[in-house]
Amino acid sequence: MSGTILTVTRPPRQRLDLSPLLPERMASLTLEAIGAIELACGNRRLRVDEVFELAPREGAALVIRSGAAKLDHIGHEMSAGEITVEGDAGAYAGLAMTGGRLTIRGHAGPLAGAAMQGGILEITGNAGDWLGGGLPGERRGMTGGLILLRGDAGQQAGDRQRRGIILIEGNAGDFLGARMVAGTMIVLGAESGRYPGFAMKRGTLLLSRRPRQILPTFADAGRHELGFMSLLTAYLAPHSAKLAAAALSLTELRRFTGDAAAGGKGEILAAAD
Amino acid sequence: MNINGVAIEDTFAEAFGMRATRLIVTADSAEWAETAARSLTGFATSVIACGCEAGIEKHLAPAETPDKRPGVSILIFAVNSKELQKQLQLRVGQCVLTTLGSACFSGLDAPERVKLGGQLRYFGDGFQIAKKIGEKRYWRIPVMDGEFLCEDEVGMTRAVGGGNFLILARSRAAARMAAERAIGAMTKLANIIMPFPGGVVRSGSKIGSKYKGLPASTNDAFCPTLKAETASKLPPEAAAVLEIVIDGLTAEDIAASMRAGIAAACSAGESGGVLQITAGNYGGKLGQFKFHLRELMA
Repeated sequence: MSGTILTVTRPPRQRLDLSPLLPERMASLTLEAIGAIELACGNRRLRVDEVFELAPREGAALVIRSGAAKLDHIGHEMSAGEITVEGDAGAYAGLAMTGGRLTIRGHAGPLAGAAMQGGILEITGNAGDWLGGGLPGERRGMTGGLILLRGDAGQQAGDRQRRGIILIEGNAGDFLGARMVAGTMIVLGAESGRYPGFAMKRGTLLLSRRPRQILPTFADAGRHELGFMSLLTAYLAPHSAKLAAAALSLTELRRFTGDAAAGGKGEILAAAD
Repeated sequence: MNINGVAIEDTFAEAFGMRATRLIVTADSAEWAETAARSLTGFATSVIACGCEAGIEKHLAPAETPDKRPGVSILIFAVNSKELQKQLQLRVGQCVLTTLGSACFSGLDAPERVKLGGQLRYFGDGFQIAKKIGEKRYWRIPVMDGEFLCEDEVGMTRAVGGGNFLILARSRAAARMAAERAIGAMTKLANIIMPFPGGVVRSGSKIGSKYKGLPASTNDAFCPTLKAETASKLPPEAAAVLEIVIDGLTAEDIAASMRAGIAAACSAGESGGVLQITAGNYGGKLGQFKFHLRELMA
């Protein structure tokens, strides 16, 4: 099985939906057959070879050199294999993916990793709003898998998250983990936005600093050493040198429980200051 | 056949299929991990009356445990998966959950699973928190010194219980010293436990009794004081018999431990007061596993 390199040579004027391009579907196809796949672009359909230059590649991965193009739905419902985006990704990168690894060497647009169920999504740049969130109207956001964001997140990261881990090495925007149902979100940057955990029912927000503005519906439960932290940091250390370096400062944590307006069984754990 | 002048009888140990799991119990110090483990494995010498057979397999350095604290690995054997589930819940719930600073993890990766934290979590009365880290799920159960961390499920495997050998000696002191040498050699091995106190049992039993309703009674054929009044299996000069019972994850583990134990028991030779090594069986009709002493020591 060989991989494919897709390089944008004729950027489309509208946003392009890349959801048909999945490593597991392309594995058995020739370059000609891949070139003939049709992609939705506004109200038209474009063949892959009308936008991209195709080249074979060693190994099984799909590499997309995106340039400045707005490529949406990369890795949509991906279940296995590997996609690497060299450049920025548009909206919905890794939407509802269930397995495999999607690496974006650049920035990602809104709703990256939304409704994700499994696999690993890594973004070396920044991410837009609703990282690991849910689609509008859906009751659940991310339900599994691991999101590794090296840069900053937009607003409402982890919106309605149900399971899985989101690690943000940079800062997070306002309303981090809003309406969170369960799962784990970590922010290593100094800034975690205003009102983290808004309406969260359960789940854990782990912050490297005490939040700048905390909701009045969160209550301070004091400083604690929690046994599960060593398991969590050991699990994530191979994925994040920054977390491995910060692990020591995360042994004693101040625990805030809330949001009392939504049951109050969630927690914000902030490195003791 | 004899080893250093000690006769190895031409017989076999008869062992049975069981279900087993391995737990890893950790704590703030090696002493407290051991305290939890001793409590959990207490009153677990025989499935006849204890529900399970359990013992400490080995002590673990912080680097060897999931949460990088000192720990102990424990093997638990029961007659079926239902009983194993029951014993796990009771013993971890009463002995590990209660031990200060402790945590409890699965030490066995196997496709068959039994619940651990999944049962104990109810102690949290709704304040318990599930955490899925990688493929494993843990429960954080709030307790008075913080949180009790417990893995949701533990692996379960088919295992072997009841491997054994008997040391016939000229005196109780000689039998004890031989048994201590054997246990010293056997405790270095993985995947096995010797569930009786100190690894040694002095009250070997036979099936049945003259009394109604008693399923097992003293094995009079091996009681030295009864040599003159029963169908004794002891040579005239034998004054004490000690038995070592072994439970292991596989038959190979039991065979290896019997080999090491018998060799150590015989190491002081006839002059050490050991007369004979034999084994307990039920005629070979009940157990699925047979360990022939002479084949093991060949």
